[in-house]
Amino acid sequence: MPKDTMNKVEPHITVQDLTMAYGDFVIQRNLDFTINRGDVFIIMGGSGCGKSTLLKALVGLKRPAKGKVLYGNVSFWDVEPDEQDVIMRRCGVLYQSGALWSSMTLAENVALPLETYTELSQSRVREIVSLKLSLVGLSGFEEFYPSEISGGMQKRAGLARAMALDPEILFFDEPSAGLDPISARHLDELILELRDSLGATFVVVTHELASIFTIANNCVFLDSASKTMIAGGDPRTLLSESTDPRVLLFLTRGERGASTAKEAVVS
Amino acid sequence: MGRFFMQTIRSVGVVQLSKSSDNIVTLGLSGNWQLREEAPSAYDMQKRIEENLPVSSIAFETSGLSGWDSSLLVFLVNLSLYCSQTEIVFDDSGLPEGIRRLIMLATAVPEKKDAQKQPGKESFLSAIGGATLKLAVSYREVTDFIGSIVLSSIFFMRGRANYRRVDLFRLVYECGAQALPIVSLISVLIGLILAFVGAIQLRMFGAQIYVADLVGIAMVREMGAMMTAIIMAGRTGAAFAAQIGTMQVNEEIDAFKTLGVSPVEFLVMPRMIALILMMPFLCIYADFVGILGGFLVGIGMLDLSFMEYYNETVSAISLTNCSIGLVKSLIFGILIALSGCLRGMQCGRSASAVGAAATSAVVTAIVWIIVMDAIFAVLTQVLGI
Repeated sequence: MPKDTMNKVEPHITVQDLTMAYGDFVIQRNLDFTINRGDVFIIMGGSGCGKSTLLKALVGLKRPAKGKVLYGNVSFWDVEPDEQDVIMRRCGVLYQSGALWSSMTLAENVALPLETYTELSQSRVREIVSLKLSLVGLSGFEEFYPSEISGGMQKRAGLARAMALDPEILFFDEPSAGLDPISARHLDELILELRDSLGATFVVVTHELASIFTIANNCVFLDSASKTMIAGGDPRTLLSESTDPRVLLFLTRGERGASTAKEAVVS
Repeated sequence: MGRFFMQTIRSVGVVQLSKSSDNIVTLGLSGNWQLREEAPSAYDMQKRIEENLPVSSIAFETSGLSGWDSSLLVFLVNLSLYCSQTEIVFDDSGLPEGIRRLIMLATAVPEKKDAQKQPGKESFLSAIGGATLKLAVSYREVTDFIGSIVLSSIFFMRGRANYRRVDLFRLVYECGAQALPIVSLISVLIGLILAFVGAIQLRMFGAQIYVADLVGIAMVREMGAMMTAIIMAGRTGAAFAAQIGTMQVNEEIDAFKTLGVSPVEFLVMPRMIALILMMPFLCIYADFVGILGGFLVGIGMLDLSFMEYYNETVSAISLTNCSIGLVKSLIFGILIALSGCLRGMQCGRSASAVGAAATSAVVTAIVWIIVMDAIFAVLTQVLGI
């Protein structure tokens, strides 16, 4: 458990009574949870339940309809854009598709955050860029354009870019989607490695069970029918202790709780 | 399930209804149920069951069934939904195993009521209200966008804007040098057309020489700026919208935002600057080429000499005419870049949205170019320039 290495549990992101909606269409309501420093925090739930929308509220892309997102004790959506930028600068985001800037080479992609926020010399930037790319196993691909490499490589390059500024918090939107099992496992190992070495907090949107049990020590479970969170905490504890059929159904790929869940659905 | 391919007899699906004394309806399914053939509909069946009320349960007999596909499944699923609504027991024990499983699969997850969109008809008033609200939102977006462009250009002038010089140079090249061939072609043709139209009329008075005035003034004051603007709207405005729209689809814009890099500074500013810088140059170039077109007609068709035509053109064109053309081209450049980038930033997240953004960028730009040109015409008339 990572908490052995931490001196104390310190809240990093606190979500209070958050409601997200597109117009009048509510996606999720009344979300309350805390992500602690050094957590690998999973946002899970079935397809279309609002995981990615929640992520957007956390990284400042979509204003929630109601509620607060606290970074430390600063309420992200209530402060000036300048201050939001300062908060976001401490975060890195890996998008589902990688979202590399297609008109730039991998090196330029990773270098842009560095050039924007630091006064480092060109040669220093180049060194850091090749370090970050080698961390994700892409050394030698500096001069490639995103369209010239495979989807898995794009994702890893996206991770290198997200890590460019050594962020305190890294957000992942479905990191293992479209990766083969071995690459997905490497990515999991990379996440744990980075958590231990950088002490960063990870917030991961995923429904990949293998990853969830390997990397997570905390989670929130969103449900699309009731439009709110129905469980939270360590997923392994959830698996052994939860009595909610919907959670069990999800965590066991439908093997346990199947009959009870069916009854719940029917009733 | 695939047995029906072996059938040589093209028999259609048939249902036979029989009712026993204890209110059990047995449906005898027989024949070949295929999507390509007309099959009995569940709706007709419902009516026939209603004729036989009271019914406590529906059972099936399938010994005559020779083949089936989704058409039978649709029939049975609709029937089972009808049964669950009317509390008739749907006894599927007589059905083949495969069908039973598919029915279970299809009815396992109840229909999500709030997920359905209402395609129903909007009332006239709510349509007007919806359109007005949409308009209000779009005005706000435009104002927001122009505001952030103004802010970014202040940053830019202070040398603090975040953009890549490489991008700017590339864009200048794309907006300028690469546009030359098409601008040349269109301008020379416009010059020719103007000269022909003028020549026919003016020759009646023996005033062919004034073709030079006509072409010169028209090109420099109106057509040079206008035709370049229309070409650039179709060529570059659409490209801007499509480029930025595609980046929107690929989450690249989101990536800029979460990084704290303003997409307006990084993507929109260089495009605006490149186009605004290049438009006056293209306009001057178009003026020259257009006059050359008129000159070809003048020399070739009207038997004017080179020096005659040249002197007449030079005396006709004033500096005022030239500056009006240039100022216009500058403003057209702003309009094209603005509409291209705005539509790109507003783009939705699908392939068709990118197409719509490009189309809308061109249409918006051309409409504004013509409107602006008309405003200029009135203004210069009132001011007497």
